[in-house]
Amino acid sequence: MTEFLNMGGYGAFVWTAYGLSAISLVTLVLRSRARANAVLLQVDAMRRRRKEEG
Amino acid sequence: MHRFANPAQFNRLADSVMPWAFSVMVLTLASGLYFALFDSPADYQQGESVRIMYMHVPAAWMGMFVYMVMAVASFTALVWRHPLALIAGKAAAPIGAMFTALALITGALWGKPMWGTYWVWDGRLTSVLVQFFLYLGYMALWQAVEDDEKAGRAASILALVGVVNIPIIKFSVDWWNTLHQPASVMRLDGPTIHSDMLWPLLLVAVGYQAYFVVAFIWRMRLEINLRKLSVMRMNEVAGG
Amino acid sequence: MAAGLKTRKKQRLLVVSIGLTSLIGATLLVLFALGGDSLSLFLQPSEIKARGIEQGKHFRLGGLVESGSFFKEDDGLTYHFIVTDCAASQDVQFKGLLPDLFREGQGVVTEGALNANGVFVASTVLAKHDENYAPPGTLPKSEEQCVHPEAAASTYGTASYLVSG
Repeated sequence: MTEFLNMGGYGAFVWTAYGLSAISLVTLVLRSRARANAVLLQVDAMRRRRKEEG
Repeated sequence: MHRFANPAQFNRLADSVMPWAFSVMVLTLASGLYFALFDSPADYQQGESVRIMYMHVPAAWMGMFVYMVMAVASFTALVWRHPLALIAGKAAAPIGAMFTALALITGALWGKPMWGTYWVWDGRLTSVLVQFFLYLGYMALWQAVEDDEKAGRAASILALVGVVNIPIIKFSVDWWNTLHQPASVMRLDGPTIHSDMLWPLLLVAVGYQAYFVVAFIWRMRLEINLRKLSVMRMNEVAGG
Repeated sequence: MAAGLKTRKKQRLLVVSIGLTSLIGATLLVLFALGGDSLSLFLQPSEIKARGIEQGKHFRLGGLVESGSFFKEDDGLTYHFIVTDCAASQDVQFKGLLPDLFREGQGVVTEGALNANGVFVASTVLAKHDENYAPPGTLPKSEEQCVHPEAAASTYGTASYLVSG
């Protein structure tokens, strides 16, 4: 296990590369989804309000 | 106005593509990562540090691929004034910028132990950095100009101007001498990478393509919703 | 009305296409005509001789580390090796840390200047990787034959050994 993590002495470089890639990909897609849904809620709320008013 | 201007059509397409893209992404990335980390050989020169390549090379490919997506969208937007094309370019840019940044960072992390430096101003590294700045410039233009129509036009022109950088990135290692090695996979005389290493690389590359589809759909939805919201707000103001 | 719209679209298509092609053409022309060599990262040994670079002038030297040329001085810190492009070669002296990829027969990019004896005194040595990725022992042994680094691309560049892997 330690040998695997050590990556023949390149562990710090290898794991930083994999870690940064994973974090970036996951964060970008989750943030995009959360924002898309949040804006959709705003749109729906506005529609409802307009229906009630009008 | 336009046949495809209606986002409902896009939504229908996106809804049917999404589960497929998501499944392909999970399957290829899971198997690709398994092979990359556990079941592929160390390199005869680079040792275990070769595993960085499985993150670096697909990210670099995606940086260029997404740029071409953005450029085609910009071209369509400029010539045919297609509203969804404008949104498509805007939705793609952050994804491409992320992949380009990852290519630069993972490359530096490999370069330090192997080359002996994180960075060198050679033709390949410099032209990829230029690509990253082109993405940033494109996004900045969208932010900086108030009117979406004008902002989109300015950003699209920048995206098209930057297309010239794509062949420069690709052929920089052939035209000039660089520290960066020449191509190993996309070369005329066949790949110079052992099949045990090529497979995990291609799996991650396919996974990144599927990831792009998933991320792109969410960003399209976000941009479409934002546009809806701003149109409704404008109507509200106009209506009193 | 519809016809007018169509011509305008065609016009835009023409303008954008012509603009794009001429821009790409112009940029590539500038890169090749004006940029040329200055866009390269390093000079190779034959170019040093051809240009007659004087001593003390700082530049980058690149090429292959000649097989059998590498040795360490008695102080254990100063390295000597020969950089070759197969047409000409250059003695190099370096005191410092060598990168992990540094090997005889492999590419190298060094930075420094020629001294009075015509030896290139390097302040940094970077290792250059080639395009081959393979597990140990799977590549065909190179036949101790000098291969020009910038032309080395086709040496192993066949898919033949992929089959055996």
